[in-house]
Amino acid sequence: MISVSHISKIYKTGDVETVALDDISFEIKKGEFVAIMGPSGSGKSTLMHILGALDRPTSGTYILDGENVENLSDDELAEIRNRKIGFVFQAFNLLPRTSAVKNVILPMAYGGIEKERRNEVAEKYLKMVGLGDRMNHTPSQLSGGQMQRVAIARSLVMDPAIILADEPTGNIASNQAAEIMAIFQKLNDDGRTVIMITHEPDIAEHAKRIIHILDGKINSDSNGHKQRVVKSKAISK
Amino acid sequence: MDFSELVQEAISTLTVNKLRTGLAVLGIIIGIGSVIALISLGQSSQASVSNQIESLGANLLTVMPGSQRGGFVQGGQGSATTLTLSDANAVSTSPTVTDVNLVSPEYEKRAQITAGGQNTNASVIGATPVYSAVHNVSVAMGVFISQQDVNADSRVAVIGPTVVTDLFPNVSNPVGQSIRISGQAFKIIGVTVSKGGGLGSVDSAVIVPLSTAQEVLFGVTNFSLSSISVQAKSSKVMTEAENQIGYLLLNRHNIADPSQADFTILSQSDILGAVTQVTGTFTALLSGIAAISLLVGGIGIMNIMLVTVTERTREIGLRKALGAKKKTIVSQFLVEAIILTFTGGIAGMLFGVAVSLIISKVINLPFTISPGSVILAIAVSGAIGILFGWYPARKAANLQPIEALRYE
Repeated sequence: MISVSHISKIYKTGDVETVALDDISFEIKKGEFVAIMGPSGSGKSTLMHILGALDRPTSGTYILDGENVENLSDDELAEIRNRKIGFVFQAFNLLPRTSAVKNVILPMAYGGIEKERRNEVAEKYLKMVGLGDRMNHTPSQLSGGQMQRVAIARSLVMDPAIILADEPTGNIASNQAAEIMAIFQKLNDDGRTVIMITHEPDIAEHAKRIIHILDGKINSDSNGHKQRVVKSKAISK
Repeated sequence: MDFSELVQEAISTLTVNKLRTGLAVLGIIIGIGSVIALISLGQSSQASVSNQIESLGANLLTVMPGSQRGGFVQGGQGSATTLTLSDANAVSTSPTVTDVNLVSPEYEKRAQITAGGQNTNASVIGATPVYSAVHNVSVAMGVFISQQDVNADSRVAVIGPTVVTDLFPNVSNPVGQSIRISGQAFKIIGVTVSKGGGLGSVDSAVIVPLSTAQEVLFGVTNFSLSSISVQAKSSKVMTEAENQIGYLLLNRHNIADPSQADFTILSQSDILGAVTQVTGTFTALLSGIAAISLLVGGIGIMNIMLVTVTERTREIGLRKALGAKKKTIVSQFLVEAIILTFTGGIAGMLFGVAVSLIISKVINLPFTISPGSVILAIAVSGAIGILFGWYPARKAANLQPIEALRYE
């Protein structure tokens, strides 16, 4: 499903080079639930940008759902993001003053789904995240948890290969965070691949596999062995 | 995303900040409005001047003495005495001049006119009875100059309505009263119908018999004329009539080279052309100034669009993350800019039409609006949207999604 091999990302500011990712390689199979953890500055955000086709690596190869994301133009990357990746952001990033259903329709409008089908699909996913009765509410009329559920519905409408969630519970009250995690859990149970960036260990615990990033390198990769993760957490703290 | 969706989205975005949208549109309204109003007023005044010139008489040719002479020194028009009464008679009787209907010999000069305690300086026109037909002048009261008046050098005068108000402020019918022209007493026999002020109007003139003007008033030697007004048989034969008169007079004056002619023939279309050129230049000049305000309005649109792009950086980033291509983002912002300028264009057009309607009512001009200027306004406002929306739209489309998402 996802194959990352020898990926590096180097930022240049004047003469100063900052290595954000240093020769990272791993694979994620279909149906996995992976948490990528690391303290700030570890390179986990850079990794998430590359996985989300929002940015290109300086070197290395990234294959997403059979497609090599190397050397693609901006517009081709946009198309990859539209069809293969469902984004869930920490800050929700819903369009303000726009109803839940219209927010959810947005990726379909860019993806060229026929107008007639869009409402039907949007309603289906909004019902799935439990917002069937709030479809015409605007973000300002919704709680943090509800906004994030709209964002999850939006991430699903194009039936993407992976769901990429960046600190999905970071801006949400803890009681609502559990509901959000339950939705991710359910999506994974239904066979969807979920990749989640987080720095909260208890959130990462929901994942089946935890990749720990430190100083641009993989510090540990539980790959199913959760015992090692607990140890690595101690190291990172 | 198809066009109707882009328009819907743009409208809902633009209505969020109504004051800002309104102010941006206002710039375009003023720009387009002033261009439309000035073009319309220019055309109106042109039409009005054309009407006035046409009202001076239909199919009119004016032969004037002097001018069109080679060499460095050119006598002022009208100062020469090369045109005489016998020239006028020749034009009206010559068998070679076939396309001429009426010939009116005239002698015109300004003089001091007094009556009672009032006095004014007016143009005194020595004329024959034909004058009335050639210049389309009729009398409101009394009678016009007759052939007997001309034959007898009568001291009679037909005066224009403006002269009446100047000299007889409290008299309703001045016919029969007497006036003094350059100190000599004249009896008023008629008052002309008002033709409205303006170019060469007889409203402010005093008409006396030609012979009286030449011999009694101004002491003119050899019956010279200040002009001969000729009515051609129709507007189609103006050029023919002009040529016939020209050859006849060249012959009579023994001049072989037409460029050495000691007279000038002006047709109404010549005058019309000259005046049209002047008003056209003024219209162009004023429209040019108005176009500057349109340019400023366009810059206002660009400014507001740039602010919008900066404000909505996160939104643009999100849209790109969700799969919006550059083209889609460009279209989104272009459509917003075009809606702004287009709305401004339509409103500005209505505003401009209203302004020119009011102004032409106030200063009593015929109101004209050409469909060309309306189409121009709409096309220009759309073009301004594209022109000034392009840069902000490109700027938005070229934002990198991660930079844009990170933007606070």
